[in-house]
Amino acid sequence: MFMETGQKKSSSLVARVFRFYYEGFTTMSSWGRKVWIIIIIKLFILFFILKIFFFPDLLKKNFENDAQRSEYVLDQLTKTTVADD
Amino acid sequence: MIDAVDLSLVDWSRAQFALTAMYHWLFVPLTLGLSFIVAMMETIYVRTGREEWKRMTRFWMTLFGINFAIGVATGIILEFEFGTNWSNYSWFVGDIFGAPLAIEGILAFFLESTFVAVMFFGWNKVGKKFHLTSTWLVAVGANLSALWILVANAWMQNPVGMVFNPETARNEMVNFWAVLFNQVAVDKFLHTIFSGFLLGSVFVMGVSAWLMLKKREEWLAKRSILISAIFGLLSSLMVAFTGDMSAKTLAQVQPVKFASMEALYDGSKDAGLVAFGILKKSDEKILDEKAASNFVMKIKIPGLLSIMTGGSRDVFVPGIRDLINNGDQNRNILPIPEMMQRGKFAKGVLDDYKRARLVGNRDQYDVIRREYFENKTFFNEYFRYFGYAFLNSPEDAVPNVQVSFYSFHLMVMLGFFFILVCVLALIMLFRNNLVKNKWFLWIMLISIPLVYISSEAGWILAEMGRQPWIIQNLMPVSVAVSQISAGSVLTTFILFAVLFTALLAAEVSIMVKQIKTGPKH
Repeated sequence: MFMETGQKKSSSLVARVFRFYYEGFTTMSSWGRKVWIIIIIKLFILFFILKIFFFPDLLKKNFENDAQRSEYVLDQLTKTTVADD
Repeated sequence: MIDAVDLSLVDWSRAQFALTAMYHWLFVPLTLGLSFIVAMMETIYVRTGREEWKRMTRFWMTLFGINFAIGVATGIILEFEFGTNWSNYSWFVGDIFGAPLAIEGILAFFLESTFVAVMFFGWNKVGKKFHLTSTWLVAVGANLSALWILVANAWMQNPVGMVFNPETARNEMVNFWAVLFNQVAVDKFLHTIFSGFLLGSVFVMGVSAWLMLKKREEWLAKRSILISAIFGLLSSLMVAFTGDMSAKTLAQVQPVKFASMEALYDGSKDAGLVAFGILKKSDEKILDEKAASNFVMKIKIPGLLSIMTGGSRDVFVPGIRDLINNGDQNRNILPIPEMMQRGKFAKGVLDDYKRARLVGNRDQYDVIRREYFENKTFFNEYFRYFGYAFLNSPEDAVPNVQVSFYSFHLMVMLGFFFILVCVLALIMLFRNNLVKNKWFLWIMLISIPLVYISSEAGWILAEMGRQPWIIQNLMPVSVAVSQISAGSVLTTFILFAVLFTALLAAEVSIMVKQIKTGPKH
């Protein structure tokens, strides 16, 4: 019986939270809708275009394991000798 | 031994990072400041129960929401760039960045998905006090979120709390508290959040001034100016105070940057602070004797620089030439050629370690590890200057003096201007003649772009003044950069420029529309 009450309580909490967000989104003002469209487009560009096609993690992509990565960076740290401005 | 690093690659990678960071910083400070102003207005509404205050709160909350939503996730691009354009750096910093950025990420996620939602969806659905609590939590959370980013940045300005592991070629955090309470982090966090509060205040004052110029919403505008002018005045005084704290720390941990801010080539006791100055045009870093007169004109406040750095006019403030030739014995700062020697020694040890590992000579690299990398003296006396091994001459350790000088002075002058604006706004409000003084309403409106310029100038000083370092004394930008084609960096530079400009245009257009619409009845 206690479990049932607990389940009811938790499901009603989930339902209330869902309703809260649902009503919030469906009754949103026009500026709210606009910024949400911008957010979605922005996140899509960031994570599905820029990250995938333009910004790979170079060391992850070019080397198989951390030992190779550290060897490469160690190489860079002991070879390069150039000053910037 | 010398591998040529394509300087155009370094320049484009830096330009891209600067572009994304500066655009990102257009959104952040308004979130930091406006969130608190909204929380204060809502507090008055909850205490008084007056609907006008609720209306006012909702108006400014709308503008906060637009800025927050457009700015969200713009900072993530900087993390993308670390992995692609700055992969050597990313690897070298190891887990130092991981912990603060993970905390920031978790905090931001919970903040955004819960309390921001209550702020905007919760009116009339949750209790007044719960709503108010959510608004305050958003304000506190946004500022705490900034803390972790600033802790990471401060570590780059003053690396502490770590050891370098030659096996992994990474730095490992050994003291989280040293990283968190790094003096640069404390100064930077306080200075940045108070400057955000000031920016939010000037924004509210400017928009309210526009409403008054249009003879609209006088009641709301006056009260908004009252709250923001008080908040802005207190914040601007704190900005000045924490700026002074930062200067003292800089003189110790980034002395060349400090001297460059003042274009001080030859140090002295009783050193004066340049209140206003125009530097001679030069492409050189002017490190010869001619530099003694590198100003076209200047107005100096006698003795103030010595007092700021050491609390007394008798304190010697070293100039750029002093730091190169003699260092600063009072602060245990070595001459730059000496730091270069020590850096080269550390690099030689690392090279020996690498070679021993390459040929599988375990005995030798165990000895090197034990005698050097597990030896505190080697770490504190030699490895801390590792980055100097990559410099060709001591002058390479000097940042662009013109950029450092002008960004610093522009920031400070505008900072004092905003103190004046806040004071005048309060005086006119109490004398009840603000509406009559249209010239001052225009000044408040024009202050909006000016406060953004001063905020960006602060970051230009922080980041350009740190050059040539990406991590102070440990790693120059030329070593940190990934070996990729400059063309690909240029392509993404243009993509970002287009994306961010579109986001900014969208923000400004939606915001202007909401301001013109005004508060809802």
